Amino acid sequence: MKEEYGRRRGRYIAAFGLLVILLLVLLACNFGIGSIRIPLADILRSLRGLKIEAVYENILWQIRMPRAIAAAVLGGALGLSGYLLQTFFHNPIAGPFVLGISSGAKLAVALVMVFLLGNRVSVSSGTMIAAAFVGAFVSMGFVLIVSAKVNSMSMLIVSGVMIGYICSAVTDLVVTFAQDADIVNLHNWSKGSFSGVTWNNVAVMGGVVLAAVVMILWLAKPIGAYQMGEGYAVSMGIHLPLLRVMLVLLSSLLAACITAFAGPVSFVGIAVPHLVRQLFGTVKPLIMIPACFLGGGVFCLFCDLLARTLFAPTELSISTVTAVFGAPVVIAVMLRRKKGGAG
Amino acid sequence: MSDYYFRMEQFSAGYQGKPVLQGVTVGVNRGEILTLIGPNGAGKSTLLKSIARQLPPLGGRVFLENQELAGLSGRELAQRMAVVFTDKLYTEMMPCEEVVASGRYPYTGRFGLLSGEDWDIVEKSMEMTYVSELRGRDYNKISDGQKQRVLLARALCQQPEIILLDEPTSYLDIRYKLEFLATLQRLAKEERLSVIMSLHELELAKRISDRILCIGREGVERFGTPEEVFTRGYLAGLFGIDPARLENTGLYQCVAELEEEKTDGA
Repeated sequence: MKEEYGRRRGRYIAAFGLLVILLLVLLACNFGIGSIRIPLADILRSLRGLKIEAVYENILWQIRMPRAIAAAVLGGALGLSGYLLQTFFHNPIAGPFVLGISSGAKLAVALVMVFLLGNRVSVSSGTMIAAAFVGAFVSMGFVLIVSAKVNSMSMLIVSGVMIGYICSAVTDLVVTFAQDADIVNLHNWSKGSFSGVTWNNVAVMGGVVLAAVVMILWLAKPIGAYQMGEGYAVSMGIHLPLLRVMLVLLSSLLAACITAFAGPVSFVGIAVPHLVRQLFGTVKPLIMIPACFLGGGVFCLFCDLLARTLFAPTELSISTVTAVFGAPVVIAVMLRRKKGGAG
Repeated sequence: MSDYYFRMEQFSAGYQGKPVLQGVTVGVNRGEILTLIGPNGAGKSTLLKSIARQLPPLGGRVFLENQELAGLSGRELAQRMAVVFTDKLYTEMMPCEEVVASGRYPYTGRFGLLSGEDWDIVEKSMEMTYVSELRGRDYNKISDGQKQRVLLARALCQQPEIILLDEPTSYLDIRYKLEFLATLQRLAKEERLSVIMSLHELELAKRISDRILCIGREGVERFGTPEEVFTRGYLAGLFGIDPARLENTGLYQCVAELEEEKTDGA
């Protein structure tokens, strides 16, 4: 027993080490690479509070750092949100995007923005998150109603995708017919991007996401039991309705936070938990929660780096890049389950 | 009735307020095995699930040592009662050892981390059901017979006083059926474990049970020792067996023998 346990622990430590190194390397790349290249030495000097060239300093502190940190935090939130949804539905291809939760959040944010901007009221980060949360929660409600009626994994996903399309269509309508010049921003946002993030945004999203992560870690033990099956969880003395509500609220909150700041981002929520599970070789929540967060951050930093630099100065939408890397993972998962049978 | 360790009084079970079984009054002592027999759909699983509080009971009361079950917290109940039911268990990437260890849930702290003492209990539980050598194997890749043993070890890990099993031997071949029930009987005697289970194998139920509860289409029919219950012609009625439909194949003997044969001091 001890030996077996020790070997697994070694793997966890190595995997966490790998993720942290990747995160640091990708942060450095995101800080340094772009239309103007900032040498690593200058970045390190600036981080220690020393003076560097003013142009570099501006780009680094005003543009690249908030953007990279936002990509890491929101990516982590996406990974975790996907993990919670997969656990909740016992469905390996669930995620905030395919279930239509991101799109619901997007629609709510678009409506609020158009209304407020039309009345010349500026929109705060908090308002955006609140709107997104309401939208995410309403979509989640629809998904829950459907899941109560159909007991099939694929039907759940299909209905989620449909809800997503409806919300996106309405969002497009709203954006198209809104007159205000500010709507140009809205158009970019609705396609998904980490650009234009401010330190103020970073502070708000960081606070919300941190609170959610702490709550999720606090629930790690019941989540582990729930993961093994509902009957089993009840036989362990868990109050199931309460845990369900918590899972729904937390996953909606995380999905809402991402959508409010970066628009809808596809496939990260599905792909990251799978990649992380393979890397760590376990489903233990106490490992999976921090690992999905780190993994999501790494995944989004990598994708955002490509989105910014691949066809510079044209910037790709983040979903374009995440889909290229995320979708094959989903296909691989489905094929493997088909072969494995057991379901 | 009140001197039983576990007892139900006028207990009713069912789904969505519609009773499947009503007015069940039975009891079982420490170290005894109570077996539920009866046709499919009569409500054996429903009754077990209601006792385990996985379904809300529709009436009556259940006691553990004169303490009402409804008054126990989820954690308190989980420390005294373990279940091995047939619902799907999601065990992706879990070695058997971790599946067994999941039974320590009601004893661990906030984050569910196991102490050295907890691991010792895991180890001991695996030894009791002969699955120690499976500890590192992926649970999804072992045989059905091995799975049932691992699940039993998981239940023992909870250090229960009473264990509920729903058709634990259904998918096992005869060797594993016999071995599984032998283990269960040993645990009942040595650990003073009370066992309530449903079985479809009447010949096994007759040999292993201290008491049998017969649940027919119309509800509880009989409760007593195997000798009291298996009287001539009874089983055909309980299960609705029509000898004419057996077309003189002699297969009816399988049932009739159970009712005639005296249990030889096994």
